[in-house]
Amino acid sequence: MSDAVDAVFESGEPAFIPYLVAGDPDYEASIEYVEAIERGGADVIELGLPFSEPIAEGSTIQDAIVRSLEAGMTPEQYFDFVEDLDVDVPLVCMTYYNLIYQYGPDQGPRAFVERAAAAGIAGLVVPDLPAEEADPLRAACDEFGLDLIFIVAPTTKGERLERMMEHVSGYVYVQARLGTTGARDDVSDQTDESLARLAEWSVPKAVGFGIKTGDHAERIVSAGADGIIVGSALVDIVADGADSDDPTEAVADRLEAKARELKDGALAGAGLAAAESVE
Amino acid sequence: MSTDSDGKFGAYGGQYVPEALMPAIEELRDAYERYVLENEDGFMDEFRERLADFGGRPTPLQHAEQLSERYDTAVYLKREDLLHGGAHKLNNALGQVLLAKYMGKERIIAETGAGQHGTATAMAAAHLDMPCEIFMGSTDITRQRPNVFRMRLNGAEVNPVTTGRGTLKEAISETMRDWATNVEDTHYVIGSIVGPDPFPRMVRDFQSVIGREAREQIKAKTGRLPDSVVACAGGGSNTMGAFHEFVDSADPSSADKSSGQHPRDRVDLIAVEAGGSSLDVDEKAGVAPNSATLSTGEEGVLHGARTKLLQDSDGQIMESHSVSAGLDYSGVGPELAHLVDSGRVDAVNVDDEAALEAFHRLSRLEGIIPALESAHAFGYLEENPEEVGDVTVVNLSGRGDKDLETVVEETEKRDLDVDVDMSVFREAER
Ligand SMILES: Cc1ncc(COP(=O)(O)O)c(C=O)c1O
Repeated sequence: MSDAVDAVFESGEPAFIPYLVAGDPDYEASIEYVEAIERGGADVIELGLPFSEPIAEGSTIQDAIVRSLEAGMTPEQYFDFVEDLDVDVPLVCMTYYNLIYQYGPDQGPRAFVERAAAAGIAGLVVPDLPAEEADPLRAACDEFGLDLIFIVAPTTKGERLERMMEHVSGYVYVQARLGTTGARDDVSDQTDESLARLAEWSVPKAVGFGIKTGDHAERIVSAGADGIIVGSALVDIVADGADSDDPTEAVADRLEAKARELKDGALAGAGLAAAESVE
Repeated sequence: MSTDSDGKFGAYGGQYVPEALMPAIEELRDAYERYVLENEDGFMDEFRERLADFGGRPTPLQHAEQLSERYDTAVYLKREDLLHGGAHKLNNALGQVLLAKYMGKERIIAETGAGQHGTATAMAAAHLDMPCEIFMGSTDITRQRPNVFRMRLNGAEVNPVTTGRGTLKEAISETMRDWATNVEDTHYVIGSIVGPDPFPRMVRDFQSVIGREAREQIKAKTGRLPDSVVACAGGGSNTMGAFHEFVDSADPSSADKSSGQHPRDRVDLIAVEAGGSSLDVDEKAGVAPNSATLSTGEEGVLHGARTKLLQDSDGQIMESHSVSAGLDYSGVGPELAHLVDSGRVDAVNVDDEAALEAFHRLSRLEGIIPALESAHAFGYLEENPEEVGDVTVVNLSGRGDKDLETVVEETEKRDLDVDVDMSVFREAER
């Protein structure tokens, strides 16, 4: 549906898809941070619109959401934020259904999707919206040309998986392990199992939940992923910067370096050389 | 038993949960339909037997003589405070823990606000030999200490939840996170008629024993149905438990005019919410100093269901407030929201002060110390005795032992004229 997202996965390179919470720890710094991860090699950026009850989130992203909300982030400001960003890669909005549902004068998802499309958002990920409840949002996304990206969990199997695959657009978000978001020190066996279950479908598979290092990224891409999604490992850098009051540029540099590590890991996993070394 | 087999109540209800939980929810729906609705393997027989032997059902329906005289109307109390554990919560907790056992689950988790549901779940889990972990907001741990002791004594882990205001909303979010992590061997015993389908109708079915008994009991005592049933509402489980059997009742016997007994064509159902300190809302601070979701909330999606919510105009969920931990929640059960919209249930509210006064009044006049949650129902009776008709059933959802310290403190703070002098402690120390 979104040509920009399709183009990323047609390039033949594994996609690096970082996540940050918009407005964390404040509007201006967050703009710098998102632009830094693009410089670090992001192919698509998932940008969180903070919701007060983020039930799929571990403590790292919960804290980021609190920082952003306390700094004044709202859905309206989020769209301004997206419009202020100077990035070329496609942006995917990650948020919870109530914010989508309440936006605009009438309840229902249409007004939100219309505004998101106008701001240049290419897709949506909504962790508390399973396929069962997604028809109204899917219709709005179809109308305005956005991808509605579904999450395939380690528990998504059999008929359920098949039904979901009929409706996929953009890419599928392969949840690497059960539980909530948060950086981990290992790669879960559930990742390999999920990728194996999905092998017969040609749709691009981006793996997220727990990826922390370039080595993880390499390992997951070599296991068959078409992309990696990394949130908490980057948000941790934002959190450290906010805790120790570091200058915005210093934090942005660290984010860019971490992004490059992850992107290079992903490239290595596909048997490709890191971007800088291709002279 | 249910007419809502798609899990929707009008526009409300549904299953708004992470994909990782959906297979478990499908499994639960299947188990609910087989064991609870179809009584497969004699599940319901075993449940009823355990509710009687372990729980102490049926609970009495008591004529409250002093209140009846005070309000010049026949007031009957459905004594859920006498159920094992001291609240209606065991009806649901025992049902769900037993169901988890039938489903082959190995671990029980639950959230709790007042600690009554956590306590009931811990008791049921000990009784049925299942390991159990309870998530409880840090604010609630402090204000409902006796229940924390009880849960620990029954062998449950108690995990403090420190996010947000540390009350029921945060506890539910955190329990959902645990469930999403351990869904393969764990059952989440939700404590009210909230959450994704099938929880709202399943919890209601387990709780509907309250109204079923009350209906028989009031007929035996008065020969008629009541004019009204009054119950407090947090999530709404004691509420729907008390109401369910009366929702459809145009009293069949009232068609028989010769009895001439029943002046109304239906039983009025009155849900009493916590008005907190005020019904006003501070959008900027994200705080609603009340929990009057049915009266003031707007439709939205939270904790797995579409329902009425306390939220700001962007859709961010507001922090609620009530002196009573069990009512202190920004959401409400989807079925109750639907019945309010359709006009079948009246949503009213009673503020902190009126609830505290009612707590003292019931303690003195009837010799029954009610839970602060239940006290809201009696606050309504005091303020609106003319609304309940000639015969009313008030659901006394729980007893107040857990609230003693809070009540003494909050009463002193407000300088209410019902204040009880507790200087005896100081005298004894001298
Ligand atoms: C005694 C008592 N009554 C009522 C409630 C409110 O819950 P619900 O509205 O689900 O009945 C609670 C909750 O903890 C409670 O302990």
